Amino acid sequence: MLSRKFLTKNLINSCLFSTNTVVKNALRACIVGSGPSGFYSSQYLLKHLPDCRIDLIEKLPVPFGLVRYGVAPDHPEVKNVINTFSKTAENPNFNFYGNISLGKDVSLNELRQLYDVVVLCYGSDVDSPLGIKGEDIKNVISAREFVGWYNGLPHLENFNPDLSGEEAILIGQGNVAIDVARILLTPIDILSKTDITEYALEALSRSKIKKVYLVGRRGPLQAAFTIAELREMLKLPNTDTYWRQTDFEGIPEKIDSLPRPRKRITELMVKSLNEAKQSSNNKKFLPVFFRSPTQFIGNDKVESVEFSINILENESAVATDKSESLQTQLVCRSIGYKSISVDASINFDDKLGRVINKEGRVLKKNSNEVDVGLYVAGWLGTGPSGVILTTMNNAFKISHTIIDDFRNGIIKCDTNKTGIDPRNYPCITWTDWLKIDKEETERGHKVNKPREKIVSIKEMLSIV
Amino acid sequence: MNNGFWRPPLYRRIHLSVAKFSGEYEMQDPKSEDEVVNIVYIDKDGKEIKVRGKVGDNALYLAHRYDIEMEGACEASLACTTCHCYVLDDYFDKLPDPEEKEEDLLDMAPFLKENSRLGCQIKLTKELEGMKLQLPKATRNFYVDGHKPKPH
Repeated sequence: MLSRKFLTKNLINSCLFSTNTVVKNALRACIVGSGPSGFYSSQYLLKHLPDCRIDLIEKLPVPFGLVRYGVAPDHPEVKNVINTFSKTAENPNFNFYGNISLGKDVSLNELRQLYDVVVLCYGSDVDSPLGIKGEDIKNVISAREFVGWYNGLPHLENFNPDLSGEEAILIGQGNVAIDVARILLTPIDILSKTDITEYALEALSRSKIKKVYLVGRRGPLQAAFTIAELREMLKLPNTDTYWRQTDFEGIPEKIDSLPRPRKRITELMVKSLNEAKQSSNNKKFLPVFFRSPTQFIGNDKVESVEFSINILENESAVATDKSESLQTQLVCRSIGYKSISVDASINFDDKLGRVINKEGRVLKKNSNEVDVGLYVAGWLGTGPSGVILTTMNNAFKISHTIIDDFRNGIIKCDTNKTGIDPRNYPCITWTDWLKIDKEETERGHKVNKPREKIVSIKEMLSIV
Repeated sequence: MNNGFWRPPLYRRIHLSVAKFSGEYEMQDPKSEDEVVNIVYIDKDGKEIKVRGKVGDNALYLAHRYDIEMEGACEASLACTTCHCYVLDDYFDKLPDPEEKEEDLLDMAPFLKENSRLGCQIKLTKELEGMKLQLPKATRNFYVDGHKPKPH
């Protein structure tokens, strides 16, 4: 035991020492954003270029981006990836600097002068509006806000969605919409064992919502949710799923000719369609297809949603002149996230909502030329779609490109590039984060939860 | 025989407290020739890596031990597809059938094939001696096969 401790101490000392020595030809990289793309990029670079030095900066004091603030609290398995990320963070050539915001505390130009390589990985955290009438009526909310609220994203703790009505309509059928549906319908005693925030748990325990619609613009064969997510909905205690028979006209006949994944999920939907419901007292989950919202109606609060009835043409939804109206007291739009430019010097395509790049190499403004040394990985470069595997593959691919560029002499090490001096910023280090982590876990254990997230940035900073 | 050392699957699935022990069993060398199971991984570049595993080893954690790039983001809790691999030849049929949850996840895996499995669900047995596990090719453009990424 003693010798082990001694060894560790020696190891730490030698690492500390090595940070002060300049390893010749060691690449210095700054990664902006500590979600999956930031951590996977760090992991790949450190593995394949062990001498490189990485500083990962994050605008919040705490790491992990959407793994902490996007993944639903009842999906703790997905968050296991935090263990892998934490292993990366323990690498002596890696620094985490939380509470440093690109575009506010430090500019991109400053970072470019301090590092050989800058990788933008700050993702997409703005929601896409529908751009239709009535979107600003009260109780028309975005999934981004709702998810951020129950997951404890700083500044959303007072969001307080109005859950006093019986009906809720979710616009969109992707996995975020499914998450929202599940959180609204899951019995509270199940949620209370997750790391959902205490205030959200309290609000959900008083929720009167009994019917949750999940509306998609196309048909069952184009459904965006996955079979795993659907199965979870079908297995929810005290909830019955109601499909519309008319949405499935001609579908059962097509099942056999579908590719495997589509076939299995369609079989599951059709099976559920024909199943008897358990109890009329149960809450209701109601997937609806072929509908696009055209306007929200209501005076001081939303009262109903007007939808166009769509038909499919070449797999695309085309509105007919027919419409349907559904009454509701809450609308949550979930049609995707969007990236924004956080620094004026970023070559950003506002229309596509991503950094302009070729295979991860950022291009110079108004030019087809590569801006040498600047890269983008994850949703900020690809657009906000795909699961963690997609982001991981992208981050690995772009890190590979960086290493290629380095080995081919396109990017060079400049010993004058010393990285940011953390003493110049009120930043949170990995050791600080571990203190916050410990505090959160301890608070959680007191109330039988894996973690009680600290939501206020001020409080996070007071702990370290 | 060796069953005494097997951990019930549930053990793995309790996250947080036990997570750091994932793969500990695979770090142990076989105690006797009787429990050795030799398998081959074929990495993303097509390189074959021979590995001397043992009965009870999980193919994901065994890969980690030998630095083979099979990710395993969710730590074998059936919540991702980062350990997707192909089981070559007739070894596919020697494996116990995947549970529903694994099938559901495989449906989301890019480049799904008839012989696709999740590495984390493969436990070595004597019968699997000589098995080859192939990782999906490094993906430059992983949308070209018709796989449509879904939002978030």
